[in-house]
Amino acid sequence: MSNAHSPVAHHFYTIEQQKESATIGMWLFLATEILLFGALFTAYAVYRYKFPDAFMVASSRMDWKMGGLNTLFLIVSSVTMVFAVSSAEKGRRGGLLGFLAATGFFGTLFLVVKYFEYKHHYLDHDVPGLNFQWTGAPELANGAQMFFFLYFFMTGLHALHMIVGLGLLIWIFITAYQGKYSPEYYNPVEMFGLYWHFVDLVWIFLFPLLYLLGAHLPPGGGGHH
Amino acid sequence: MIEENVSLPRIHYLNSHYGWKSWLFTTDHKRIGLLYMVSITLMFFLGGFFALLIRLELLTPQADMFTADTYNKFFTLHGVILIFFFLVPSIPATLGNFLIPLMIGAKDVAFPKLNLLSWYIFVIGSLFTLWVVAVGGIDTGWTFYTPYSTTFANTHVIAATLGVFFTGFSSILTGLNFIVTIHKMRAPGLTWFRLPLFIWSLYATSIIQVLATPVLGITMVLIAAERFAKVGIFDPALGGDPVLFQHMFWFYSHPAVYIMILPSLGVVSELISAFTWKRVFGYKFVAVSSLMIAIFSFIVWGHHMYVSSMSIYAGMLFSILSYLVAVPSAVKVFNWTATLYKGSVSYDTPMLYALGFIGLFTIGGLTGLFLASMGLDRHLHDTYFVIAHFHLIMVGGAVMGYFGGLHYWWPKMFGRMYPEWWGRLSALIVFVGFNLSFFPQFIIGYLGMPRRYHVYAPEFQVLNVMSTAGSSILGVGYLLPLVYFIWSLRYGKVASNPWRAKGLEWETTSPPPPENFLEQPIVTEEAYNYPTRPAQPGKQTGKLTGGLNPPASPTATATGTGREAEVV
Repeated sequence: MSNAHSPVAHHFYTIEQQKESATIGMWLFLATEILLFGALFTAYAVYRYKFPDAFMVASSRMDWKMGGLNTLFLIVSSVTMVFAVSSAEKGRRGGLLGFLAATGFFGTLFLVVKYFEYKHHYLDHDVPGLNFQWTGAPELANGAQMFFFLYFFMTGLHALHMIVGLGLLIWIFITAYQGKYSPEYYNPVEMFGLYWHFVDLVWIFLFPLLYLLGAHLPPGGGGHH
Repeated sequence: MIEENVSLPRIHYLNSHYGWKSWLFTTDHKRIGLLYMVSITLMFFLGGFFALLIRLELLTPQADMFTADTYNKFFTLHGVILIFFFLVPSIPATLGNFLIPLMIGAKDVAFPKLNLLSWYIFVIGSLFTLWVVAVGGIDTGWTFYTPYSTTFANTHVIAATLGVFFTGFSSILTGLNFIVTIHKMRAPGLTWFRLPLFIWSLYATSIIQVLATPVLGITMVLIAAERFAKVGIFDPALGGDPVLFQHMFWFYSHPAVYIMILPSLGVVSELISAFTWKRVFGYKFVAVSSLMIAIFSFIVWGHHMYVSSMSIYAGMLFSILSYLVAVPSAVKVFNWTATLYKGSVSYDTPMLYALGFIGLFTIGGLTGLFLASMGLDRHLHDTYFVIAHFHLIMVGGAVMGYFGGLHYWWPKMFGRMYPEWWGRLSALIVFVGFNLSFFPQFIIGYLGMPRRYHVYAPEFQVLNVMSTAGSSILGVGYLLPLVYFIWSLRYGKVASNPWRAKGLEWETTSPPPPENFLEQPIVTEEAYNYPTRPAQPGKQTGKLTGGLNPPASPTATATGTGREAEVV
């Protein structure tokens, strides 16, 4: 048994072994996340192919400015996260805490904007299963409902990952405040960074697919709703 | 088997801590393996009970005991429980959890707390399923096909799919843990091609668990969401595509077949080596064939969907790819057979299970080729031929391997032997009962009896009666080990390495100490490095039984702590 203050868990022999294990584990976890979202991206591709016009019309109801703002927030939060990991690596506790706080701040801003977007869609009767009403061309109704279902399911799953990420961030912040990390041991900060970047990256794919692709163009042959 | 004159070690993982907290909050991979063993044993007998009810109804062509709806629930619960809550976790979560760190000379898996968490998640999933059983069941079939499951079924679909979601999550975490453990926790000198073949097969299994299960998870959530919110993601009336569901479901559930069978293939490699007292013939080919099976498993799912509006060209592609799986599977079977040649074969219980496995797996695999060919599948699809085929793989294969492994490593886990005579009897009963259950089903399936009906044409009755008789015998064969295993925990003869088997797991005491090895082992030899000739006479601690057993290795001494000379 190693002593209680050592960052090396009892079943590892060296800190390198522990760090490499955590790194492989996190990358594998992210691989499972790719498959989790991958199934949804597949469904999106299938239905976009099946309902091209409805998806174009429905995605025109997205507010690309809010989506763009959120994209910006997440990119900035990824940059601050990189600086947080770098501060941890160099043993700068103040920098680590500051950049973690900035990351949390932009992550929270993302969720706030997302809340207003959801609220806006709710008031517009865009939520399948809750209050979906289609006022456009009736032949597009099924496809539009499918679009909005995928929109809420995919962005909802992404938002859930953001919320989990913010929870983890608070834990990392507290442990950093307690001085648990050093240039020799800052593994949790780095692993959390990988997760955070991954969640940002998912959004980088969601944003163009849901907000930009084909939006604001007349559906094949004209006739806007 | 060699009778040893040994006593239990003073401190081992079972007596190092006492009390229920020491079990429910343990992070010891050995104890977690046992927690899984108890949980899946419950699920095994529950699922088996539903199988017996199904076979009871099928004794006669008419509906005697159950209505169509009740029968639908029975075969659904039978499938859901035994696939997701027994077969998928079976060998990896019990034997794998127990043995991987021991076999690679580690103190524990890479993430012990995550390991415990995955058991708790499994329990949550099991509770969902038990709740479904208690409140009225589910009738969709274990495949949850849409739009029936999403739109028409009025049974407890949401709870059942969430149960599957949870157990899938548990399976992902176990697989992830094993991959990292095998990469980073191996003892010095234990290179990849020195690893036991069981480790190779679990590594391949874990890759499938990690990469395929998330797709099933999200598919289950989509079904629950569709039922909950009444949106048409898979409902054709609302523009949804039920075939998309089948693609997503089989993208997991075909590879899942290999999650179930690959660990057994690994167990059988260990057994064949230990009971022929030889290195497995073509070790590298057998090792790599596990990875090949894992890779191929991801590109064959379409063969479940030849009759689901699949184009003939896509069907041809999936057909050819499915045939490919036969190659690495055959590599294993041929190499095991070659290992037997001129081996010093002993017919102890684990070996009987292993030999039964080889025969049944071969037939199960070959009938899989029938089903992989598009034209024949059109005739055999959804008949009892399919049922017989996959039961040969999953029961004749996976369960036989699990039982063989349990018997083989039982003295390692508990330091006591099960009664060998009863063990051989159970292996024999299981083999006879199994064949009587499922061979008639090949015939009735070929003659056209469809699966999932509780009534059938009278001319199928004789074969169905044979099948039901066989399943009753099989049930006895499964109950016997339950009884004598429990008996042996207290009354079994103390044993350390009754097989004189090689491998790091046998280098430590039985049962092992809490952190497995008193000092870190260093490996200097390949796996299964059995002497080709009987070793030096040395001191022999027990008498030989069975006639063909090799003599005891001189260093595996009666204290049970004997460390082989080559492995310090």
